[in-house]
Amino acid sequence: MSNPEHVFDDRTPGVEEHEPTASYLSYTVGLGLAIIATIASFIVAQTNLLWPPGIPVGLIVLALAQIGVHLVFFLHLGSGPDSTNNILALAFGVLIVFLVITGSVWIIANLNTNMMSMPAQ
Amino acid sequence: MTIATTLDRIPTAVPTELARGRGGGGPAHRRIVVAYGFWIFILSDMIMFSALFAAYAVLSSNTAGGPTAPELFNLRNVFIETMCLLLSSYTCGIGVLSAERGRPTLFLVFAAFTFALGAAFLFIEATEFAGMVATGAGPSRSAFLSSFFTLVGTHGVHVASGLVALVYLVAQVLVKGLRAAVLRRLLCWSLFWHALDIVWVGVFTLVYLMGGHS
Repeated sequence: MSNPEHVFDDRTPGVEEHEPTASYLSYTVGLGLAIIATIASFIVAQTNLLWPPGIPVGLIVLALAQIGVHLVFFLHLGSGPDSTNNILALAFGVLIVFLVITGSVWIIANLNTNMMSMPAQ
Repeated sequence: MTIATTLDRIPTAVPTELARGRGGGGPAHRRIVVAYGFWIFILSDMIMFSALFAAYAVLSSNTAGGPTAPELFNLRNVFIETMCLLLSSYTCGIGVLSAERGRPTLFLVFAAFTFALGAAFLFIEATEFAGMVATGAGPSRSAFLSSFFTLVGTHGVHVASGLVALVYLVAQVLVKGLRAAVLRRLLCWSLFWHALDIVWVGVFTLVYLMGGHS
């Protein structure tokens, strides 16, 4: 590879070479990890394996882990140059999703707290 | 030197100034551009789901004296549903990968598995919904149930439309063969199907596990 530029300029425009983005192995690894996370979620929710007040936090952590597994092993979001734009768009999407969910929960919790003469939920 | 032998020698770490997507190396491949556009659509769909998730999170305690989450949800069914969707995501990925590697028969086999698992998921969900409505826990019973049916039902509608799209794509593969345009559609469809599984992770965690517990 003394002249790597040659490699990238050697192709006729419009010709798409075959670029395998994934392998059977990566899907299988992803499936195994996702199954582990799913089973762990159901076990945590139905037992007292975790400290009970910490169960919601544990479930959220497991869900985020599983979403990460899906993104990397199934949707193939990696650190490669082809993923850069996808990652940036995902980051923006995550920001909006975070704002919508936490903003709604925060505002309505405030409203509920400030509401007078309501029976306790 | 042919392109094929040259491509074998591309180092895994491409210099940044030559990398596509970072301003170098010429325009990106069409399948990258198409997948990026579809990715934007999926993210907008995720934002719509986030509004439904927010509505559920806000309304889930407003049961209006009606049935509560722990009384309604059967976690064993939810686990089976989750496994159906997860395995169908796996077979979908394997199927599309087989198609990209030029194995139409293998693709058809895995597409059939994907369809069967997705249909099983929908069947369990529809049975659950019908049972809830029959026992007076329909969407009009309380704000909790309205938001529940909206969130989970919207996901179910997405799965159903994904199954319809899968049938359409299988027909295209049978008629047109594995040409580049069909492969791009298959890639987009697999992105959609994987994204539905990601939404389901949120649903079973927030709605079924956290709701069924407290």
